[in-house]
Amino acid sequence: MTDPALRVENIRKSFGDHEVLKGISMTAEKGDVVAILGASGSGKSTFLRCINLLETPTDGTVWLKGEEMRMTSHRGERRPVDHRQVERMRSKLAMVFQGFNLWSHMTVMENIIEGPVHVLGTPRREARDKAAALLAKVGLSDRAEYYPAHLSGGQQQRVAIARALAMEPDVMLFDEPTSALDPELVGEVLAVMRALADEGRTMLVVTHEMAFARDVSSKTVFLNKGEICEQGAPADLFRNPQTEQFQAFLSRMN
Amino acid sequence: MDLLLEYREQLLAGLVTTVQLALASLVLSVTMGLLGAWAKLSASRAANAVAGAYTTVVRGVPDLVLIMLVFFGGQVTVNRIGAATGLWNYVEISQFAAGALTIGIIFGAYFTETFRGAILAIPRGQIEAGISTGMSGPLLFRRIIWPQMVRYALPGFGNNWLVQLKTTALVSVIGLQDLVYNAFAAGRSTGALFTFMAAAFVIYLALTAVSDLGLRALERRYSRGVARA
Repeated sequence: MTDPALRVENIRKSFGDHEVLKGISMTAEKGDVVAILGASGSGKSTFLRCINLLETPTDGTVWLKGEEMRMTSHRGERRPVDHRQVERMRSKLAMVFQGFNLWSHMTVMENIIEGPVHVLGTPRREARDKAAALLAKVGLSDRAEYYPAHLSGGQQQRVAIARALAMEPDVMLFDEPTSALDPELVGEVLAVMRALADEGRTMLVVTHEMAFARDVSSKTVFLNKGEICEQGAPADLFRNPQTEQFQAFLSRMN
Repeated sequence: MDLLLEYREQLLAGLVTTVQLALASLVLSVTMGLLGAWAKLSASRAANAVAGAYTTVVRGVPDLVLIMLVFFGGQVTVNRIGAATGLWNYVEISQFAAGALTIGIIFGAYFTETFRGAILAIPRGQIEAGISTGMSGPLLFRRIIWPQMVRYALPGFGNNWLVQLKTTALVSVIGLQDLVYNAFAAGRSTGALFTFMAAAFVIYLALTAVSDLGLRALERRYSRGVARA
């Protein structure tokens, strides 16, 4: 049996006395699209950020394709054993942010080839060719030489997705990718994400888009107060919510 | 005018010294400023404390006091240490070295604050995007932080530099033959102090004007991607 694309075990995170994540475990097989739902403050974004160590979890382990991200404790603080390993694993765990976070001093093309050229060591010409193909895929071929400030939010987010894809990641992490967008721009980003799901990308998507979770995800997880409250196939979950909390959440979202 | 032509070599030598001193101290102060900003933003309490003490002390004392302290006091101290430890024989600190060192250290404190503010002005999300792409610390600094930091730092940098350039005039008190020293000497010996000071005035103005052009070119270069109003 092959290793799952991503496995996390018992992720905990505290800020001071406040425990935001109380031991979260989950597995994503290759090609899984996991939708992570939850009210604001449920810890879903923190959970995603713990996977690529943008936040250092207080406890727990992450495996990417069977490789464990090695952590150690130093004077009561957890930290990675090997920074190079973390950097290498991060490059395979591409993240798409709520606020796009494109590098504002670089053109669209430069944004996309930055990681491949400087982190992965891809020859520039090859990276540019690949970037052009990715831009075509997200429908922005004519914007390659634009700066982020001259693009709409939806366009910026599609560039950010292309930038993530350029790393040829094993797993893509989406942190509320449509929450900062004007309503009329949400559709274009969701369409790109659907296409990625269809081509078998492994994705973890923190989202408030119930339709996306229901129609696109292969597994839906509902977080409540830092714990997994319900999880399963979206068809079952949305038809028969088992817990009061999830029922209440669904009725609030509709 | 004839007087100025007669003394043009002294004036020119003074100008060269002034420019060399300004540039040498600039290199030092930018280095100190980057180190200071890094220390102030670092998670290490010790680094915070050292950088805090540096900027507080240096910015709280007149430049002239520090220059004389380093030049006169520094030489004595270095030689006492040499004599006590036997590690080195008598050394003489040149006026140029003392001047460049002191002005560099003084303005390093101002650059520390300029650079710290500039780094804080970079949207946090862009740094996170770099981290999550797998960039190492140095790569992140070179590709994401530095180019944007320069843009935010340039206005403050320009101010600092102009003041720093003019502060080099203080080294004439320790006998370094810079533009002011030579102009003053020529003025005194010819009795045409006004003429020579007016010349110094014009030359300083020319230097700052050239600096302004350079700064504007830098600003254009580092404003890539910024929507102009």
